[in-house]
Amino acid sequence: MVDKLNDDIGEEKRLQLWEMMLKLRLVEKKAYDLFLQNLIKGTSHLALGQEAIAGAFGVALKQGDYTFCTYRGHAHTLARGSSIEGVLGELMGRQCGLMKGKGGSMHLTDVDNGVMGSYAIIGAHLTIANGTALASKYNKTNEVSVCFFGDGTTNIGAFHEALNMAKIWNLPIVFVCENNLYMEYTPIHEVTAVEHPAADRAGAYDLDKIIVDGNDADEMLRTAEKAISKAREGKGPSLIEAKTYRHSGHSRADPGKYRPDEEVKDWMENKDPIKNYRAKLLDFNINEKIISEIEEKIKDQVEKATEISMTSPIPEIKEIYTDVWANGGSEWHN
Amino acid sequence: MAQLTYRASVSLAIAQSMRKDQKVFFIGEDVGAAGGVFKATVGLLEEFGKERVMDAPISEQAILGAAMGAAMTGLRPIAEIMFSDFLAVCWDIVANQIAKTRYMSDGQINIPLVIRTANGGGSKFGAQHSQSLENWSMMIPGLKVVAPSCPSDVLGLMDSAVKDPDPVIFYEHKSLYAFKEEIEQTDISIPIGEANTLHEGKDITIIGLALMAQRAKEAALILKDKHDINAKVIDLRSLVPLDLQTIKKSVIETGHVLTVEENPRLCGWGAEISSLISEHCFKNLKGPVTRVTTPHVPLPSADILEDNTIPSVELIVNEVIKKLKGE
Repeated sequence: MVDKLNDDIGEEKRLQLWEMMLKLRLVEKKAYDLFLQNLIKGTSHLALGQEAIAGAFGVALKQGDYTFCTYRGHAHTLARGSSIEGVLGELMGRQCGLMKGKGGSMHLTDVDNGVMGSYAIIGAHLTIANGTALASKYNKTNEVSVCFFGDGTTNIGAFHEALNMAKIWNLPIVFVCENNLYMEYTPIHEVTAVEHPAADRAGAYDLDKIIVDGNDADEMLRTAEKAISKAREGKGPSLIEAKTYRHSGHSRADPGKYRPDEEVKDWMENKDPIKNYRAKLLDFNINEKIISEIEEKIKDQVEKATEISMTSPIPEIKEIYTDVWANGGSEWHN
Repeated sequence: MAQLTYRASVSLAIAQSMRKDQKVFFIGEDVGAAGGVFKATVGLLEEFGKERVMDAPISEQAILGAAMGAAMTGLRPIAEIMFSDFLAVCWDIVANQIAKTRYMSDGQINIPLVIRTANGGGSKFGAQHSQSLENWSMMIPGLKVVAPSCPSDVLGLMDSAVKDPDPVIFYEHKSLYAFKEEIEQTDISIPIGEANTLHEGKDITIIGLALMAQRAKEAALILKDKHDINAKVIDLRSLVPLDLQTIKKSVIETGHVLTVEENPRLCGWGAEISSLISEHCFKNLKGPVTRVTTPHVPLPSADILEDNTIPSVELIVNEVIKKLKGE
C-alpha cells in the first residue's frame, strides 16, 4: 500500500521520472527495430529493463554534474538530456549523431549535457570519473561525478584502484554498479568470490554497503539523491549496488539463451520497472489521462527523432582526418 | 649563467609551469614528500602544497585516469609514471582512453595532460626497468611523444608540453639525469615538433633521440677529429609530431643516413624514418639507410651485457666508418 500522506517524492517528480524512463525504454526499443532493419550497424548493448537506474539519476542530477557510463549507455546519455536524434543518429552513423558517426553506439558523448563519454573497455572510466571529481575538488566547485558500470566490472583491477583513490581523496563521486546478474554470458555469482559483487567490496574501502532494488524507481531515486547530496556536501564517495535485469541479451549478437526461461519471465512480467511504475502512479491517484498523454508525447518524440535521424546526411569522408588533435587535424609530421 | 642538471631541470620546469598556471597540478607515486625516486621532483611539495602535488598510491590506472578526467574539465595535469615500463599496467588508459577520446567525441573533449616518465637503460636495472618505449606511444594516433636530450630541452619542451592542448608523453632518460649544461635563461619554451642540430656536417646525417642523440654527438666529434668525417647530428626531440623537413634538408645534402635507436630492432622509430626518407629523398640517397638499434632482445642487467646491448659511441663511430669507407 502506498502512504500518500507521507509521500517524499510527490507527483511532479514522479511524472518526471515516468517520462524519463519511458523515453529510455522507447528509444531503446526503436534502436532494436532499427537494428532489425539493418539501419544500425556494428554492435549495440541495450539497457531494456534497467531504465530505473539511469532514469533516477537523470532526475536527481543537476546541469553541470558529470556522468560516465559504459557501452550499455544509450539510456544514461538520454537521461542527461541528450537529444533522441543525437543518440539514434550516432547509432545510424549520421551527421546529426552526437559525434557525427565518429564514435558509435559504445562511445556516446555529449559534454554540453555532462555526458563525459561512454566507455567500452571495462574498468577505465571509474578511474577517469575520479578525475572530474578531483577537478571539482581542486576548483572548489560543487559538481558531482557519477559513474555507472556493470557487475562484471567489479572483478577488474581498475575498479579497486578507483575506489581506493576516491576514498583517500574524499572525492565527490557516486559509483553505481548495475548488477544485472550476468557478466556478459556468465552468471556473475559463478565468477565472483562474494555474493554482492560491489556492495560486499565496499567495506574494503571504508564505504557503506548499499544495495537497492534497481527496478524500483522510487527507491532508486531516493538512493541516488542521498548519495549525490553526500558527494555535493563534501562528504565523499558512495558505492551503490542496484539489482536489475536486462530484458535482452548482452549485445546484438546474443539472444541470451543461457538464462533460465522462468527467470526471464519473472523479471519481464513481475519486475519490469516501467510496468510497475505505471501501476504505482495509478496507486498514487495520478490521473491515467496524464500518464497516457506522456506516453503519447514520448512516442511522438521518438518517431520524429527517428525521421530526423534517417534523413540526416551520412558523414563526409574527409571527417576521417579531423579532430585527432586540438587543431582539428590529424597531421603527424611537417 | 648557471649550471643545471637534467634532473634539476625537470623539477624546475614543473615548478615554472605551476607558477604560471594555477590549472597545472602534479600527481604520481613518491613524487611529493620523497621528491621522486630519481630526485627529479624535489621541492615541489614544499612550494605548492598537497593540493597541487599529490602523492598517489601504486595505482597507475587510477593515476592516469584521474589525470585524464581532470584534463577533460580543462585542468592541466602532469602525471608521473615512475618507470616507462610501468606504462604497460595502465596502457588501456593511455592507448585507448587518453589517445582516442578526442577523436571519438568528435572534438568535444580536449585532454591537455603530460605524462612524464623515466625511460631508457644504462642503470643496470634489467629488462623491466630499462626499456626505451617511445615506439609504443608513437604508433598510436592521438599521442604526442617527446624525449629531451639535455636540460635546456627539458625546460623548453616541458613548457610547451604543459601548454599543449593535446596529451603529451614526456620520456625523460634515466642516464641523462646527471647530465649538466650551462643555462642562461631557464624560463624558455621550445615548440614540440622542431628537431635540433647537435653537430653540423655534410658527409652523413645521424638521427638520434634522447641519450642516443647525445651519443651521436660524441661520435660526431670523434669522427671529425680522428677520421675527417663531418656528420650532421639531428636530435629529433619529438617523434610525434616529427620534424620531417629538417631530416629531408640534411639528407638532400649528405645522401647518407644513420639512425640510432635505443629500443630493440623491430618496429623501432628508425624504421619509420627510413621509410619516410626512401619515400621523400630516394633520389638523393647514396646508399641504404642504416639503422643502429639494440639487438632484438630484452635488456640484460650485468655491466658488460647491458653496455654491449645499447648502442655505444664506439659502435656509432664504427658504423659510420663502415658505411662511408667500407671498412
